[in-house]
Amino acid sequence: MPTARTWREYPQRYRYEAAVCKKCNKWHFPPRPVCDACKGEEFETKAMRRTGKILSHTVIRVPPAPFKDQAPYAMAVIEMDDGPRITTQVVDCGDGSLKIGQKVKLEFRRIYDDSEAGSINYGYKAVPA
Amino acid sequence: MSVGIVGYGANLPRHRIKVEEIAKVWGADAPSYKKGLELREKSVPAPDQDVITLSVEAARNALLRAKGVNPQDLGAIYIGSESHPYAVKPSGTVVGEAIGAFPSCHVADFEFACKAGSEAMFVVYGLVKAGLVKYGLAIGADTSQGAPGDALEYSAAAGAAAYIIGSQDLVATIDDTYSFTTDTPDFWRREYQHYPQHAGRFTGEPAYFRTVLGASEALLKKSGMKPKDFQYAVFHQPNGKFPMRAGKMLGFSREQIETGWLVPTLGNTYSGASPLGLTAILDVAKPGDKIFMCSYGSGAGSDAFIYTVTDRIREVQGLAAKTRDMLDKNVIYLQYGEYAKFRRKILKAE
Repeated sequence: MPTARTWREYPQRYRYEAAVCKKCNKWHFPPRPVCDACKGEEFETKAMRRTGKILSHTVIRVPPAPFKDQAPYAMAVIEMDDGPRITTQVVDCGDGSLKIGQKVKLEFRRIYDDSEAGSINYGYKAVPA
Repeated sequence: MSVGIVGYGANLPRHRIKVEEIAKVWGADAPSYKKGLELREKSVPAPDQDVITLSVEAARNALLRAKGVNPQDLGAIYIGSESHPYAVKPSGTVVGEAIGAFPSCHVADFEFACKAGSEAMFVVYGLVKAGLVKYGLAIGADTSQGAPGDALEYSAAAGAAAYIIGSQDLVATIDDTYSFTTDTPDFWRREYQHYPQHAGRFTGEPAYFRTVLGASEALLKKSGMKPKDFQYAVFHQPNGKFPMRAGKMLGFSREQIETGWLVPTLGNTYSGASPLGLTAILDVAKPGDKIFMCSYGSGAGSDAFIYTVTDRIREVQGLAAKTRDMLDKNVIYLQYGEYAKFRRKILKAE
């Protein structure tokens, strides 16, 4: 991923900043220009709590190139306690025996390196709570 | 004006490797290493953990305990480490961005072998005392390197401790400090070298003990205090033996040192070592307790501090994960092959 694109996504990747609709209070992550619930166009920026639960999960055994040294690894759809759903890696889960409904929290981790000498991309991953 | 700790936080990786697992690969005698180092296992960072990630999590825990402190009021962020992920680009730039402290903030990475964390604490303490910043964040963190088969491999571990230092709502005051520095070549890592080198037994008496005792004795004399005046003491802990022996030589008891003595199951977290021990002490300390701390960085130097715990400690202890819980709970043990992969010790084809 280009460095500039990663940089633009710091508010979400680093600080979990969501757009909360001022009209109906729905949380959007990542932010969007129009609320899909009430069509509102005014939002407040708020950081999501870092806790949620697993809605679904799988194991990636044939990964994209930047993640080849990490396979096999767990991916999950997480429903955050503030409402938004995110797709992310789940790490520090031992043998990978994740369960639907399991509580997790987001931690700050390395996502991948551009190359041995390239920039390091950081962001969130889920770990068992 | 009293200056001291407003919030503190730790972060440790969940992975561990036992001394036996390393010893069997190198044909070494595990019982003699365990006895010699007084160390049973050590923490291992996952491949996606480094000084920056550990520092961010420790800083977040420190902010939870410094409730009411807006990250935008942090005027300085200093991270002490000898394993910064970038050779050029400060770790503090990522950490400050992640906790929402930027852009009005002074940032620098510090390096002084294992005392870079206490060095950051000393500088932030000075800036707050001078009135240049309202709050500052000092972090000691490492994912330390030990060459395969070297004695250091049994102890080189990972962890981070973060301190928000200010002059209001203190959980502990910093009452006095003293630094002791000499040119003592006991341990070093040259540019472009992956692993450090050390001078074997020379790292003991003329290096660690001379420096730790030099700083500690000078601070006790300067403050007019005696070891019996303290409830707790924490020293740099490269292995289990050194801090206990240094403490005993100074007149501290085993009971005073044990609470912050994490090394038997954590290993040597280098720049994080004595700052992490202090977090474990603050987790259980009571108002009025006096704490003595002395770091050690090869090369060589020590920073010694005296703290007094305030009434506010009880309000903040439970606001973030406690250090002993992180050390003892939910750990995942690795075999040497997994550990070698995690620590990028395996040479792969391009």
